[in-house]
Amino acid sequence: MKISVSLTVNGKPVSAEVESRMLLVEFLRDNLHLTGTHVGCDTAQCGACTILVNDKAVKSCNMLAVQAQGARVTTIEGLASNGSLHPMQEAFRKHHGLQCGFCTPGMVLNAVSLAAQTKSPTEAQIRDALDGNFCRCTGYHNIVKAVREGLAQMA
Amino acid sequence: MTDTTVREKSTTAAPAAAKATGPIGARMERKEDARFLTGAGQYTDDVQLANQSYACFLRSPHAHARIRSIKTDEAKRSRGVLAVYTGADIPATVGGLPCGWLITGSDGKPMKEPKHAILAQGKVRHVGDPVAIVIAETCEQAKSASEKIEVDYEELPAVVDVRDAMKKGAPAVHDEAPDNICYVWALGDKAAVDAAFSKAAHVTTLEFVNNRLIPNAIEPRACNASFNRADDSYTLYVANQNPHVERLLMTAFVLGLPEHKVRVIAPDVGGGFGSKIYLYAEETVCVWASKAVGRPIKWTAERSESFVSDAHGRDHVTKAELALDKDGKFLAMRVKTAASMGAYLSTFASCIPTILYATLLAGQYTTPVIHCEVTAVFTNTAPVDAYRGAGRPEATYVVERLVATAATEMKIAQDELRRRNFIRTFPYQTPVALTYDIGDYDACLNGAMELADVKGFAQRKAESAKRGMLRGLGYSSYIEACGLAPSNVAGSLGARAGLFEAGEVRVHPTGKVTVFTGSHSHGQGHETTFAQVVAGRLGIGIEDIDVVHGDTGRIPFGMGTYGSRSIAVGGTAIMKAVDKIVAKGRKIAAHLMEVSDTDVEFKDGKFTVKGTDKNVPFAQVALTAYVPHNYPLDKLEPGLDETAFYDPTNFTYPAGTHICEVEIDPQTGETRIASFTAVDDFGNIINPMIVEGQVHGGLAQGIGQALLEECVYDRESGQLVTGSYMDYAMPRAADLPSFKVGTRVTPCTHNPLGVKGCGEAGAIGAPAAVMNAICDAIGVKDLQMPATSERVWRAIRAKA
Repeated sequence: MKISVSLTVNGKPVSAEVESRMLLVEFLRDNLHLTGTHVGCDTAQCGACTILVNDKAVKSCNMLAVQAQGARVTTIEGLASNGSLHPMQEAFRKHHGLQCGFCTPGMVLNAVSLAAQTKSPTEAQIRDALDGNFCRCTGYHNIVKAVREGLAQMA
Repeated sequence: MTDTTVREKSTTAAPAAAKATGPIGARMERKEDARFLTGAGQYTDDVQLANQSYACFLRSPHAHARIRSIKTDEAKRSRGVLAVYTGADIPATVGGLPCGWLITGSDGKPMKEPKHAILAQGKVRHVGDPVAIVIAETCEQAKSASEKIEVDYEELPAVVDVRDAMKKGAPAVHDEAPDNICYVWALGDKAAVDAAFSKAAHVTTLEFVNNRLIPNAIEPRACNASFNRADDSYTLYVANQNPHVERLLMTAFVLGLPEHKVRVIAPDVGGGFGSKIYLYAEETVCVWASKAVGRPIKWTAERSESFVSDAHGRDHVTKAELALDKDGKFLAMRVKTAASMGAYLSTFASCIPTILYATLLAGQYTTPVIHCEVTAVFTNTAPVDAYRGAGRPEATYVVERLVATAATEMKIAQDELRRRNFIRTFPYQTPVALTYDIGDYDACLNGAMELADVKGFAQRKAESAKRGMLRGLGYSSYIEACGLAPSNVAGSLGARAGLFEAGEVRVHPTGKVTVFTGSHSHGQGHETTFAQVVAGRLGIGIEDIDVVHGDTGRIPFGMGTYGSRSIAVGGTAIMKAVDKIVAKGRKIAAHLMEVSDTDVEFKDGKFTVKGTDKNVPFAQVALTAYVPHNYPLDKLEPGLDETAFYDPTNFTYPAGTHICEVEIDPQTGETRIASFTAVDDFGNIINPMIVEGQVHGGLAQGIGQALLEECVYDRESGQLVTGSYMDYAMPRAADLPSFKVGTRVTPCTHNPLGVKGCGEAGAIGAPAAVMNAICDAIGVKDLQMPATSERVWRAIRAKA
């Protein structure tokens, strides 16, 4: 069954008729060709598909496209503005917080959402906050540094 | 936050190594990050081809079964389905997936190589073995239709544990190997080892399992295969670490296609760790079917499929003994290992527990005689192959657990026992075939002890005790053989391929440069480090250099990335090509300046007449090469584009010492890594930031093996118990500490960059360091990995 859905993605209004069972991540990747949002698992454990829905980090594999009706969605493609990277993106680059880049979009967006809670977290708080995002490359060391700096720059 | 990074030059370092030349040695931000940080990376699943269809594989739900019949009629009639194929549809001319390394057993017979069909033929041999492919207009339609395939299985008894598989009367995985033995192989002088043991003052014996792991790159395997009628050619996008090898194996050994009619592109790849080295059934079937269906076919593994079908790692059962004299001098080592191959031989499976394992058992020590016997065993599990470290973590675990246990038993300090046995003269011929070119093991040990503040450990332990906590310290002084490999040596040991690397340097008319490398970057940052190497030599900015990798259509050839070989072998090939560019550039510059070639030197991006300030910049030479109006056309071809192949003369030998400090709550068994220190010698370093990142990542995987990760198959049913991220414990951010890393430098003696490779060190050194620390903390001789809270708690209780 197709259902119509309207939302804002990276600042632009989007309307579509979608299958009721279509996941939000499928809608972003397949319909909107926003392939920066990745799929790394099928149990909502890896966090590679993390996006911002109304500024909150959400695993887009765990939400139906139709549930995003009226929502304001930000994907990794929408984070930089006017050609300059978001402070969190800059911090990841500066501190080598990414290697293969596959977990990176979800990791960065989750980190951005943290700013609503704290701008100067402890290392333990950062590590706890990253609990929903796997990285197999970096051992998290440089991600933790990047998140700390990114949050400080966002303050 | 702990963030201690120490870089010191070893006292034995050659003076030349201490000087960073321009971009080489600089902590440069990565060129590739711009696309990865903005969602512009292009991974295989991001590739959309016009008119593409989607594949779904139906997989065996059983560990071992005979296929009585398969009914596909209903699936074929399902909405959107384009084709359904089973093993019966694959032509007899299609071969099995080959194994790239022939191990000859101690009995002189070749290993058993049962056919590894690309779709099951008559039997399935592990959970996840592909049985059929459904190709449909959409992914959902393919998946729905696959559920309508009726397979009539006759379940057979299964065996998943190597110890069970070696028992008399165990179910046979293959008829060709009724005892499940693939080979029994040995290295070393057994008589000399036995004689040394008979005279030993002390013998330390350990028996343990090196736990089976699932690599789990976060990008699942994927492919997109298409056939072009216009020129009878195929293009395969695939998440793979070595596209040329993938193409060679697929065309020449399996599908019988002309190699030049297949282009393999491995675009951005989301981590590999070994698991994407291999030629797998799925992409091979998709290439074959793309012609039959006449549409591009896309397949992306679900994570559940990755768990059951990616090649796994480790899975050894080992008995290891170390003989020492009364002063703690090592006299001999004796090791017996049973290694699981899984149900089929994966691409490099056979060489992992042999060539990359037994040869490393000397470690950093002068142990004069070593004997190792390895029995490779088929089991009803996913194939086992290289996973980060590949044989070397298993060898390090053997050596460093033995050394630590011997030190405890003989009441000799951990560092002291190591020092009494360190190799200090180079080159050093080990009793297990390798010749170490250089190293300084004391430097890394001393550096690690200092960085880990070993002096303050007693006080920290006392403070822990006041809080009712146990504290322990563990060392691991590892060595690895990287930079695989001299082709003739590998060939004499059974390799069925060369292990050189290719590099092409194309200087464009404007002086900009494109580098084509046979190495493949899937997180290692080659686009930056390789550009740094070229920029340093040519005296141009790294922004003027692009590095292209992962495409058989653009790169001359390649053996790919694994075994920490990229900078040592791939980087050297590029340097050789750059040397050719400079040599030709000198001739062009000499002509322009009307002097002899021998009077021209190349420095800082300029060709200069020696002893003068007369010069021609590099870009002018490049332009002249492509606009050869004033040019020695009678002696020199136009253009500035050079290719080099480099075959190393020896392995490289990165080595170091890792020190782990743990704190354990005896009430719960919960183990916390209080600190982890790694001081490594990777030879010269191109980009310290990237090297540190590689070490961090390796450590996380090594600590993961020691504390969390374990692939579990049910011993009765053969089902994979740890088949999802809900069941397989991958390290999350809160499971790990920040790391203290440092380096010491003894430049590799046999490649021009003096580099050794750094990708696997963390995964190799860490497990033994962690387990030695835990054993030290709770005062037990041994504990099985992963040291879960339950296992630690039980060990504490058993001791009390």
